[in-house]
Amino acid sequence: MENKKNTSEAHEWVYSPSLESTSHIEIKGKYELFINNEWVAPTSNKYFDTINPADEKVLSKIAWANEQDVDKAVKAARKAYDEVWSKISAMDRSKYIFRLARMMQEKARELAVIETLDAGKPMRESRDVDIPLACNHFFYYAGWADKLEYAFPNQKTEALGVVGQIIPWNFPLMMAAWKIAPALAAGNTVVLKPAETTSLTALKLAEIIKEAGIPPGVINIITGHGDTGEAIVKHPDINKIAFTGSTQVGKAIQKALVGTGKRSTLELGGKSANIIFDDAPIDQAVEGIVNGIFFNQGHVCCAGSRLYVQENIAEKVVEKLKHRMKSLILGNPLDKNTDIGAINSKEQLQTIEKYIQIGIQEGAELFQCEGTLPATGFYCKPSIFTNVSQSSVLSQEEIFGPVLTIQTFRTIDEVIQKANNSPYGLAAGVWTDKGSKIFNLTSKLKAGVVWANTYNKFDPASPFGGYKESGFGREGGMHGLGAYLKIIK
Amino acid sequence: MSNLEVLKTYKLYIGGAFPRTESGRFYNPISKQGEVLGNICLSSRKDLRNAVVAARKAQGPWEERSAFNRSQILYRIAELFSDRKEIFLKEFQKQGSSLEAATIEFSTILDRMVYYAGWCDKYNQVLSSVNPVNSSHFNFSTCEPMGIVALIAPPSTALIGLVSLILPALAGGNTVVALASENLPISAISFAEVLNDSDVPAGVVNILTGKQEEIAPIMASHMDINAFISSDLGSIENPIAIACIDNLKRKFTYFEDFNLPESQGLNFISDLQEIKTTWHPIENIGGSTSTY
Repeated sequence: MENKKNTSEAHEWVYSPSLESTSHIEIKGKYELFINNEWVAPTSNKYFDTINPADEKVLSKIAWANEQDVDKAVKAARKAYDEVWSKISAMDRSKYIFRLARMMQEKARELAVIETLDAGKPMRESRDVDIPLACNHFFYYAGWADKLEYAFPNQKTEALGVVGQIIPWNFPLMMAAWKIAPALAAGNTVVLKPAETTSLTALKLAEIIKEAGIPPGVINIITGHGDTGEAIVKHPDINKIAFTGSTQVGKAIQKALVGTGKRSTLELGGKSANIIFDDAPIDQAVEGIVNGIFFNQGHVCCAGSRLYVQENIAEKVVEKLKHRMKSLILGNPLDKNTDIGAINSKEQLQTIEKYIQIGIQEGAELFQCEGTLPATGFYCKPSIFTNVSQSSVLSQEEIFGPVLTIQTFRTIDEVIQKANNSPYGLAAGVWTDKGSKIFNLTSKLKAGVVWANTYNKFDPASPFGGYKESGFGREGGMHGLGAYLKIIK
Repeated sequence: MSNLEVLKTYKLYIGGAFPRTESGRFYNPISKQGEVLGNICLSSRKDLRNAVVAARKAQGPWEERSAFNRSQILYRIAELFSDRKEIFLKEFQKQGSSLEAATIEFSTILDRMVYYAGWCDKYNQVLSSVNPVNSSHFNFSTCEPMGIVALIAPPSTALIGLVSLILPALAGGNTVVALASENLPISAISFAEVLNDSDVPAGVVNILTGKQEEIAPIMASHMDINAFISSDLGSIENPIAIACIDNLKRKFTYFEDFNLPESQGLNFISDLQEIKTTWHPIENIGGSTSTY
C-alpha cells in the first residue's frame, strides 16, 4: 500500500508514478482579504500559514481577519446590495453568474491542483468531482436568477440582503460554490469565509471574480480562524448565516442568532447508514461501500460510515471488502493513481486516531490496509471495524475519517430501526436488486438524501441537506433557492 | 325528571384516551365575564412525556397512511365539527365571545378544516421535483413529515388558533402534542372529542391544558420532539428558541391573526416538511435509444 504499490495475495502490482504537474499553477506567497474586489491587508496585520497536508510544507500565508475586517466586508456587501446587485436586472445577475461558471471551467485544472495541494485530496477527485461540481453549481444557479417566479408559483419573493457564509475544509471550492451561487441568483450579496486549512481555492475564486468583472462588493472573501467566523455570525448587519460544518459549531451559531432576526441554514454532521441486502449485486455494493466511506479520506458529512450487512452474506461481503481494500493506493495526493490522499490536518488525524483507539478499547475488531505510511504528512490507513455494538461510541459519533463500522441485521424492520437510531439524519444508502424493497426503505429512512444502489453522488440540480441534528435547509436544486429568499405575503 | 344540569369535567387528550392530569393538579381559568370556567387540568412534565410517547407510537402508522386517507380523515373532522355547532357556540360564548363572534369563529374553523383536508394529497405534488442530474441517475425530491410537532395554541382565541396550527401539521403527516390556550381551554378539549370520533388514530393529536410558562420550556427541551410552533411567545420566546437548539427542533413563530380567512396556506404545511432526495442509477449499457 506504500506509494504506488498495490499488494494482494496473488500479485504485486507496481504502478509508475503519475504525478500531476504543478508548473502551471500560481500560488502567491501571501494572500490578503478580498473586499470590494480589492486585496486588503488585515487590520490585525496577522497572517497564518496554510500547509500541504501531504508533506507539511507551507504553501502560502493567509490573512487573518478580525472584527474590523469583517465589518469592512459586510459594509462592502451592503453597499453592493443597496446600490448595485438589487438594482440591476435579473438577466444581468444571471449573466454575471454564468460568466463566473465559464471562467472557473477555463481554469479548472489549476483549481484542481491547488485544491489537492491545500486539502490533501486525491488529484482524481479534485479534477473529476470537486471542481466540475463547483463550476456546474454556478452554471445551474445562473439560469435561476431571472426565473425565480417559476420556483415559487403564486408567491412573491424577495432577496434577504447580505448573507454571511462559513464553509468547511472537506470540499473547499465546491462548498464555496454551493453557498455563493444560489445566494447570488436569489439577489443577495455575500461575505464568505473558507476554512482556515483550505483557503486557497476560495482566494483563487476571488481572482476569478475580479477578472470576470463581478461588481465590487457582491462577493467578499475573508479568511481566518474560528474567531473570524464568530465575527461574521455576530455582525448586526448580516441578514442570514449559512453554515456547513460540525453539529457542535452549528448549534453554537444557532444559539448566537436567537433574538437577532437573522435567518440561518445549517448543514451539519452525519453518521449515515449504508445497507446491503442479500439480494444486492455484491461486487457493486462493495464498490459502493468503499466509495461511501473512503471517498475523500472519509471527510464527507454524508459518508456511509455505518455499514449494515444482512447476516447471511456478511462474511462474504466483509471478505470481499477486505480484498478490495488491499488494492487501494494510499499516497501522494498529486499522483493520479492515488485513491486515498492525506488527512486534511494534524488535528483531524489526531481525532481519527483517537476514535480508532476507542474502537479497540470498546472491543471491536480492527482491520486496516497493509503497508507503511509516507514519512511526512498526515495519513491514516483505511480502517474497518467489525464486532461493533449499536450503542458504541464508534457507531454513534461522527469520525470524519476513513473509518467504517460494520454491523449485521436479519430483517428489514430491524435494519430500519438501527439505521434511524441516530441523532443525525443526513444520508443513507440501500443496496438491493428489488425495486419495491428500495422504495419501502427509502421512504422509511429518516435522512435527507438516500442513494439506492449508488453512494456519494452529488449534483447542482439535486437538493442536499439533513433531517434532525444534521441541520436544516437544502442546498442544490430548486429547493436550494428557498434558503436565500423570503416569501412576501 | 330533574332539570338539573350535569356539569362536564374537562380532561386531557393523550393517546386516544381522556385522562385527568397524573399530577392531580388543577387551575381555574376565568372567562372574560369573570366566570370560573372549571377545574381544568394543570398538566405536568409527566403528562407531556406521556403525550410524546403516544405521538411517537402513532407517527409511523400515521405518516404511512395514504394521503387520500388522511384527506378523508381531515374531512371527517369537519363533518363532526359541523355536527356539534351548538356545543361549540355555547362554549365560545361561555369563554367570552359574542354570539356573532362565536359564529364567525366557528364558520372560519369549519372552512379551514375543509381547506386543509383538500391539501393532504396535493402539497407533495406541488412541492416535489424530479431533478435532471448530469449523470445516469433517476433523482427526485419529495416531502416527508418532520415527526412530532409541539404546539402552543395562540392564547387569545378559544379554538381557531389551535386548529389553524394543528390542521396543517396533520395534513402533512405529522403528529401533534398541543397545549391549549391557557385562559380559553375548554373548547380545545371538546375539539379533542371531535378528533376522537373522527377516525383520527389514537396518539396522532394529543392536547394538554395548563400553563404556557410551565409546559413550553419542557416541550422545547424534549429530545424526541421534532418541531415547535406557536404564535408570539413574548418574553419566553428567546429562552424557548435556545432550548429548541439542543436537538435542532425546527421552530416557527406565526404572527398571523388566525381569525382572518386568509391566515392559512401551503406554507403552514411546508414549514413542517423535510425534503428527501432519492437517487437511483439508470442502466445505460445497451446504447439503444427511443428513436422510432
